[in-house]
Amino acid sequence: MSEHISSVKLYVGIWLALLLCTGLTVFASFQDLGPFNAVAALAIATFKASLVVLFFMHVKYASEKMTKLTIVTAIFFFLILITLSLADYLTRLWT
Amino acid sequence: MPSSEAAVANQTHDNPALLHHFASAEQQKNAASFGMWLFLATEIMFFGGMFCAYLIYRYWYFGDFGAASKTLDIRLGTINTAVLICSSFTVAMAVRSAQTGKRKAIAVFLLLTIVLGLVFLGIKGVEYKAKFEEHHVPGQADFHLAGSVPLHPDLPVNQAHAQMYFSLYFAMTGMHALHMVIGVGLFSFLTYEAWNGRYSPSYYTPIENGGLYWHFVDIIWIYLFPLFYLIERHR
Repeated sequence: MSEHISSVKLYVGIWLALLLCTGLTVFASFQDLGPFNAVAALAIATFKASLVVLFFMHVKYASEKMTKLTIVTAIFFFLILITLSLADYLTRLWT
Repeated sequence: MPSSEAAVANQTHDNPALLHHFASAEQQKNAASFGMWLFLATEIMFFGGMFCAYLIYRYWYFGDFGAASKTLDIRLGTINTAVLICSSFTVAMAVRSAQTGKRKAIAVFLLLTIVLGLVFLGIKGVEYKAKFEEHHVPGQADFHLAGSVPLHPDLPVNQAHAQMYFSLYFAMTGMHALHMVIGVGLFSFLTYEAWNGRYSPSYYTPIENGGLYWHFVDIIWIYLFPLFYLIERHR
């Protein structure tokens, strides 16, 4: 079995990066970025989630393509749910 | 079974953790991992419905959501985010300890994870208690959110809209907390098994998959934190 074992250094690095991003998202929320406050919050959250998925959940080193396919499929269907629902609700006031 | 077949089976199944219906340990591990990811995919759908409801109501009642968000304790919320990130780190280290075959280290890192999980739940309990005392729980007869909508000092908070915010807050953080409780139970079992030497570098699938569950619950919180605590903080 070709098992990938990440170094402790990498895990500590990811851990510190996640803590740093938490501080960054709190800092960003107190700045007036206009409509970009929500964008910044979601972008930082997605970056943090990606770090967790790729390194803590070992998806970067997964030998099975099935794992990646499952994740991409799940996200794809979640985005369909969000996009189609908001395409309705966000345009109801349009004339 | 003919004796020749049995002999072959005995030859290939020298790993005691390998079940008879799998050809190899690798195939068994891949099957378990695939099953776990499928389960997590259903979890994304489960939380996805609530995230979708949240987005729609946040769009409709943005001002009231902003006013309600400011009543959450941002200090405790930030600390809890850090606590969960630390617990994800200890989980990753527990899995690594299993890969390198360090029995005591597995148990220690799993125990640390449980402690951090309980700290998270304790802080969450303190926050919930404050919400009950402030009459910010939807359905309370004396529910009341004081103040006005950010940027509109003459526009008082719509109480029905504020109740919607807190309904989503309690539903989503509550479901997340339930997942944490299940995770703590799961990890208590894993710690017991790890201490008894059940896991080795050739078999640690339960720790790997338990870890995947814990990381997933962490990711949900990574999104819940900015969505509930950090609306309109700059106003």
